[in-house]
Amino acid sequence: MTAATPAASRVPQLEHTGRVTFPRVLLSEWTKFRSVRSTAWTLAVGILLTVLFPVLFATVTSSHWGQMSPQDRANRSPLDIALAGVNVAQLAIAVLGVLVITAEYSTGSIRSTFTAVPKRLPVLWAKLLDYAVVSFVVMVPAVLISFFASQAILSRHDILQVSFTAPGIARCVIGGALYTTMVGIFALALGAIVRNTAGGIAVFAGIFFVLPPLMFTLPQSWNNAISQYLPSDAGRQIFALQHGQHTLTPLAGGLVFAGYCAAAIVVAAYLLHRRDV
Amino acid sequence: MIEASNLTKDYGDKRAVDGLTFTVQPGVVTGFLGPNGSGKSTTMRLILGLDAPKSGDATVNGRHYRDHPAPLHEVGALLEARSVHTGRSAYNHLLALAQTHGIPKRRVNEMIDLVGLHDVAHKRSGQFSLGMGQRLGIAAALIGDPKTVLLDEPVNGLDPEGIHWIRNLLKGLAADGKTVFVSSHLMSEMALTADHLIVIGRGKLIADTSVEDFVAHASQKVVLVRSPDLARLQETLAGPGVSFETAERGALEVLGLTPEQVGDAAAAAGIALHELTPQQASLEEAFMHLTKDELEFGAQLEEVVA
Ligand SMILES: Nc1ncnc2c1ncn2[C@@H]1O[C@H](COP(=O)(O)OP(=O)(O)OP(=O)(O)O)[C@@H](O)[C@H]1O
Ligand SMILES: [Mg+2]
Repeated sequence: MTAATPAASRVPQLEHTGRVTFPRVLLSEWTKFRSVRSTAWTLAVGILLTVLFPVLFATVTSSHWGQMSPQDRANRSPLDIALAGVNVAQLAIAVLGVLVITAEYSTGSIRSTFTAVPKRLPVLWAKLLDYAVVSFVVMVPAVLISFFASQAILSRHDILQVSFTAPGIARCVIGGALYTTMVGIFALALGAIVRNTAGGIAVFAGIFFVLPPLMFTLPQSWNNAISQYLPSDAGRQIFALQHGQHTLTPLAGGLVFAGYCAAAIVVAAYLLHRRDV
Repeated sequence: MIEASNLTKDYGDKRAVDGLTFTVQPGVVTGFLGPNGSGKSTTMRLILGLDAPKSGDATVNGRHYRDHPAPLHEVGALLEARSVHTGRSAYNHLLALAQTHGIPKRRVNEMIDLVGLHDVAHKRSGQFSLGMGQRLGIAAALIGDPKTVLLDEPVNGLDPEGIHWIRNLLKGLAADGKTVFVSSHLMSEMALTADHLIVIGRGKLIADTSVEDFVAHASQKVVLVRSPDLARLQETLAGPGVSFETAERGALEVLGLTPEQVGDAAAAAGIALHELTPQQASLEEAFMHLTKDELEFGAQLEEVVA
């Protein structure tokens, strides 16, 4: 890299005088979001996982169909195949959600950010809104491709064909995108609370991947009563077609998960406002 | 204008800033001096509302920084710690700052040219050298054409040409009627750049004085003495606000006393003197002396200056 070129010594005047407004903060956060490499990479990984898993799952199912027992065949659901990638892709979306805020702390850019917007909270709202819109806009096509691609691969097996317009199917497919978007929001709020990338990802993984299996160490009746209210189990109902005795309805599950997101955001906002940078 | 009143900040048990009261006036360059860990950077973060004070208050142009509707037009700040995402280019960093206030893109390019980062504006800032990072920080501070400029050790990492440039830049800003508040621990640098000085030590105010008075006072009170009995002389002269520096063999530099005071004290104690010469203390020496036993000498300086 070359050394800096000679600098002028008189600061030019600026005619413009504008104040900080929410749309401006939103645009600024968008510029920040799109101008680091991790954004594109992580979103690409998210899309890839969402699509790749159903395609593999469908291909294997289709090629082994002849050898599968009736029991195995009955356990194959076309919707499970189409949304097989969501559970994996959510990790990529969560990591990026955490990074959107923690990278500001690890690099120190949060100080610039809060010098420009010292009221601080608009920054949090803008990050949440920018990221929610982006992850939804990216995930909707990803789940649609997963659905139609896996259906195309399974076209020889009439029993594994479902219509997008059949009851609950469109809700589940789009629900997969909605769920990952909410995961991203939840993770971003966690990142704002923890202010550390590794810590934020660890807390997220703890809640979504460690807590649910831990529930199985509880007595069965407790597990049945509690598990359905975990963020992961409640949230998953948004894109689940069938609902058992110990799971919430899609609406109730979605609302419970939204409640967790709201609670995390409230805590994040409180701490962001109160703490030293 | 920056006003701090009784500003106090604790980090755990450690008191970083201790009851600071001062005013930084527009139209002059005010140097903010103190040894390492004396609380300069903390004070600047308190002024910007990045940290909250335990007690006391800091305002910029009459308001808390947080309450300004257009903060970047009020204050431009260069902080000590890096404040740029290493993966983002200088251009995008400045653009994102500008966008919060609706400042046009033209200004971003203007600032990049001003600090001489034209050739590297689109490179990831993580690859920047210390001095280039510093230039980017200065561009960020000036992007809103602020009325008040707050720079924490701006010369850090700059080459001689860069130091010369920032000196002129600061003087130009002050000449334009802006409030310029610059921290440093180099007294000699401040003597060249600043008109006024605020000196702190261990979080407390030691001196609030013009550079002229500081320099005049500093040069008054250094005396080189030579004596066969230096040890006893040193004992006799010791007192609040007095410090010593060993010169060559058999000689001693006494800071904080006039030649008359030294000579009379030696005569009273019956100590022979072989030399008694008033000296020009370097500004660095005067500053070190001032901050060595802050409080006593602080009071003394204020008396002298007042
Ligand atoms: N975030 C923090 N947490 C804990 N202690 C801190 C923090 N910031 C500063 N301190 C402590 O407060 C004191 C003042 O530090 P500060 O950085 O303000 O000094 P300074 O005058 O800027 O020093 P330097 O000349 O080295 O930059 C130091 O003892 C430092 O250890
Ligand atoms: Mg400092």
